[in-house]
Amino acid sequence: MNRLSSFLPLACAVVLAIAGPLLSPYAGDFVVKVMILSIFALSLQLLVGMTGLVSLGHAAFYGIGAYATVLASGKDGGSIAWLLPLAMACAAGYALVVGALSLRTRGVYFIMVTLAFAQMAFFVFHDTDVGGGSDGIYLYVRPVLGALDMENRLTQFYVVLAALVFTYALLVLIGRSRFGAALAGIRVNEQRMRAAGFPVYGYKLAAFVIAGALAGLAGFLLAARDGVVNPELLSWHNSGDVLLMIILGGLGRLRGAVIGAACFTVLKEVLATQSFVGPLADHWQLTLGLAIIVFVALLPKGIIGLAERLSPRA
Amino acid sequence: MDFGTFLVQCLNAVQYGLLLFLVASGLTLIFGIMGVINLAHGSFYMIGAYLAFSLAPLFGDNFILMLLAGVVLTAALGYVLEWAFFSYLYQRDHLQQVLMTYGLILVFEELRSILIGNDVHGVPLPAWLGGSFALGDLMSYPWYRIFASVACIVVAVALYYVVNRTRLGMMVRAGASNRDMVRGLGIDIRRLYRIVFAAGVALAALAGMIAAPMSSVYPNMGASVLIICFVVVVIGGIGSITGALVAALLVGFVDTFGKVFFAELSGVGIYVLMAVILIWRPEGLMGKKA
Repeated sequence: MNRLSSFLPLACAVVLAIAGPLLSPYAGDFVVKVMILSIFALSLQLLVGMTGLVSLGHAAFYGIGAYATVLASGKDGGSIAWLLPLAMACAAGYALVVGALSLRTRGVYFIMVTLAFAQMAFFVFHDTDVGGGSDGIYLYVRPVLGALDMENRLTQFYVVLAALVFTYALLVLIGRSRFGAALAGIRVNEQRMRAAGFPVYGYKLAAFVIAGALAGLAGFLLAARDGVVNPELLSWHNSGDVLLMIILGGLGRLRGAVIGAACFTVLKEVLATQSFVGPLADHWQLTLGLAIIVFVALLPKGIIGLAERLSPRA
Repeated sequence: MDFGTFLVQCLNAVQYGLLLFLVASGLTLIFGIMGVINLAHGSFYMIGAYLAFSLAPLFGDNFILMLLAGVVLTAALGYVLEWAFFSYLYQRDHLQQVLMTYGLILVFEELRSILIGNDVHGVPLPAWLGGSFALGDLMSYPWYRIFASVACIVVAVALYYVVNRTRLGMMVRAGASNRDMVRGLGIDIRRLYRIVFAAGVALAALAGMIAAPMSSVYPNMGASVLIICFVVVVIGGIGSITGALVAALLVGFVDTFGKVFFAELSGVGIYVLMAVILIWRPEGLMGKKA
């Protein structure tokens, strides 16, 4: 990786910060959506790409963060200062329980167990009255903090951008730390790490909880943006989609998660828009499914892999 | 709860558990032998149920004949799918298997929506299986549920016989424990895989066909069954058919009695069961220690 390319994420953040007020309402909203999904995808990248743990239940933590925000806001709304930590803590708490149990297994078992526990959370919100049942609930007042009001479109944009920069920077730091090096070691050869005396289970659990908390952050932002939550947020389609994003972008690379989130959102938008694909727009699931299959068959290393194959290396 | 109600709930639990076993055995067979995690397995259950819905008017009272026709059709479908999609997945890691089969789910669901639509449809019972018999003074139990249980038991016994007592079953078991050795002994492993996959698809579809008159057919019916089957496989231990049977019955009982005692939180019961098993025996009841 050359020097120019390592500044690319920073440059993108600066461009976004300048472009924020210039975007049309539709474009601004779309960018906010992509940024929230990027945070969600980044949080999963910590698990799948950096630690080698394939979780198929990550949407649970996203949904719990969103639900915690709406439920705690109540009728009077609340301050970002305590709503945000609360949303992240709830997601992290559930991640601690699920992680402690599911990390007792590995490989395919781990995939199935994470999916099953996410489905359990889905059932709790879907079948009981805690969160308004299958219809979900509305957020009466969006979170505020002093002059920052999430009701304001531009404020929303900058809060989400700041959260994305924070998440990205945090993961870069983790990647460079001893902790990150240990996670990479676990991904490559868990047996050897254990033999070298690393408490592998504790490291994996820590990664799982951090990833859950960051997904909760994304959930908080989503609730503040949409003003409504429903059980579909926790559905396994959401877990599948976010897994798809990081693989679409490129596994193990932070920017891959962001690229994947953007590409996936655009792809879904295009496939469901009449003017692009004509009558097929009503059947976007079909075209999306076929696109996924073709993608897995042809591009196992993601879009980043393709870009690196095409560019001559110095 | 009086004795009659208790008996009815027990019968329901066994019947549900046996049905789950049919789906889960296919899943565990495919995973145990080919090492592929197949998210689309629930879709095969869904395809079976919708097949029953489409075929029922054609076959009328020949219910058994319809089941056989459905099994043949879906086994053929499985054979083709293995050749077209899954044979590429054996060398790939689990992540890519998850993705491709996830893509297949979307395709199957959308095709179902295009061909049949998104409405809930009932499937008529065959006349000779309608009605119910008295159980105690107050309760009665439908004959069809008894038929469903018996059909599942027949299939389970046949499966046990084929896997443990025939030459094909021997190759399957050998393939599960050492793939390369089996290939070295001159057995066409690709054909073996194709047969196992087709059998797994047919088992799931058969379960769907049997369930259709009881549950009616509705969109996304495959996904919920898939996740419950994952729970069954995790509890039973991957690759173990006996484990799948025990776990499926266990899940059947927990789910049925959970609905009786804790109506609102009934969906959570089987996951709590799974959590307990994970603490006690992370490799599953009948799984081999890693």
